[in-house]
Amino acid sequence: MTAIQIPQGMPQYEEMPRLDPYTLRADFPILSREINGHPMVYLDSANTAQKPRVVIDAMREHLERHNANVARSVHTLGTEATDAYEGARAKVAAFIGAADPDEVIFTKNATEAINTVAYAFANAGPDTDPRFRLGPGDEVVVSEMEHHSNIVPWQLLCERTGATLRWFGVTDAGRLKLDDLDDLVNPRTKIVAYTAVSNVLGTVNPTSAITARAREVGALVLLDASQAVPHRPTDLADLNADFLAFTGHKMCGPTGIGVLWGRGELLAAMPPFLGGGSMIESVTMERTTFAAPPARFEAGTPPITEAVGLAAAVDYLTGVGMEAVSWHEKELTVYALDALATVPGLRLYGPAMAVGRGGTLAFSLDGIHPHDVGQVLDSLGVQVRVGHHCARPLMLRFGVPAMTRASFHLYSTNEEVDALVRGLGQVRKVFG
Amino acid sequence: MQLDTLYQEIILDHYKHPQGKGLREPYGAQVHHVNPTCGDEITLRVALDGGRVADVSYDGQGCSISQASASILHELCAGRAVPEAFAVHEAFVALMSGRGRVEPDEDVLGDAVAFAGVARYPARVKCALLSWMAFKDAAVRAAAESTPMLTEEGKAT
Repeated sequence: MTAIQIPQGMPQYEEMPRLDPYTLRADFPILSREINGHPMVYLDSANTAQKPRVVIDAMREHLERHNANVARSVHTLGTEATDAYEGARAKVAAFIGAADPDEVIFTKNATEAINTVAYAFANAGPDTDPRFRLGPGDEVVVSEMEHHSNIVPWQLLCERTGATLRWFGVTDAGRLKLDDLDDLVNPRTKIVAYTAVSNVLGTVNPTSAITARAREVGALVLLDASQAVPHRPTDLADLNADFLAFTGHKMCGPTGIGVLWGRGELLAAMPPFLGGGSMIESVTMERTTFAAPPARFEAGTPPITEAVGLAAAVDYLTGVGMEAVSWHEKELTVYALDALATVPGLRLYGPAMAVGRGGTLAFSLDGIHPHDVGQVLDSLGVQVRVGHHCARPLMLRFGVPAMTRASFHLYSTNEEVDALVRGLGQVRKVFG
Repeated sequence: MQLDTLYQEIILDHYKHPQGKGLREPYGAQVHHVNPTCGDEITLRVALDGGRVADVSYDGQGCSISQASASILHELCAGRAVPEAFAVHEAFVALMSGRGRVEPDEDVLGDAVAFAGVARYPARVKCALLSWMAFKDAAVRAAAESTPMLTEEGKAT
């Protein structure tokens, strides 16, 4: 990396908020594990992040001391559990800059969050707000770099309603192709759903042009922020979206809890997805009226312990500082891009510079199948994801069946990148 | 775990020099199988001649385990009587489902005994089985085209 002189008066490198990954690693019990006789090198945080002890402890403490169902009991435990659950909602709201905690809906995961919006369209009736009504002639726009969770719900919706699914392409460099933006997002478009950060290429997508065009034609915007919220500061005012979907387990929280944020006024007009307990206002045998958001979208007993864990994760990340997390991952990505460039036969997919990209690096190696790459790396303790990364259209776009992916979080280090590079050398020896 | 229990020389050899690869005519049935978790895929054709597997031809993309497995499948099953080929199939599936606790019979499985180690890696078992599942599927379909008797047998096994 060449040092560049930053002009006086501009923010200098040393002014960036920092974190020390070596100190933080002590907070994560699992990181001291060995795998196959080697210190574990966990490079699969885009898949799921590891959990700090405070998250594990908060969940245990809740189960040991405060466990009860929420929003229905007058007893002390029920009140404590409800406070904990609603407290988690408030913490998540503050973390992403939501105006009101009631704009935060807890779901099972990001997939359910996206489905909650897709099925709102599917469940719309003649009296539903026109923004949620979809039929033949209407269009839904996604992108070619989406996770299956942001493709399949929209395909199902379009099949059911007769609407048309369209998508942004991806450039060779791994960026969204926006030259046909005005054609793709047009007055027939009802919703544009795309990822804030690619789970494969690491690309950070520009949002303002797409949002501006969506506003111009009256389309809604849903951002899949599963790979964004865990790694960089999130400010809803800045993103200017209508819906944001993300998941707890990628942000050092537990599995089993995801978040759908929606603009309050929109949520109030949105039809429910799952029906059941807790989401109702009044039920007779003939018909049901629904509760106000967020309850309308949280049918059944919610993930209470998981919400407590997620709140602890939010506190932990806030304590470290999301600016510091994002800067750490940026520096690590610069290091990793340089390091991977030294591996013969390695082809990187996605932006080759650490600008407009996050710490997720997907690559292929000399025609060696990613399964084989991953297996040899595992024998050396290096944990990477191999396969199609739930983004098969993107694999087709780049003409490969699968890729190998290394991804970072706040606890990742340069030494782990070195271990990856050494491991790739070993892969080439076995299959060369 | 030792890497070479998985990547036996025989497996790497079949991977680098696959036997019988490429789709050939004539054939009784063609199937396309995918492994949805990793995107591996295979197109496989079976040609039957009376009660014999005249040819198993295939093409596809996948990891060393799935490619070597298809190569060994070709070696073991092409030219064999159908019931024999199905017996090999059964033995291979049993080996792969055994989590490393099944002792392979080299007389039946030939080079496929090298896959005994793969059975200890649950994530890779599907890779090894991809072509074998495709073979069974194609053979049963090809048999249905020619002799109804064999179809019944095929379905029963």
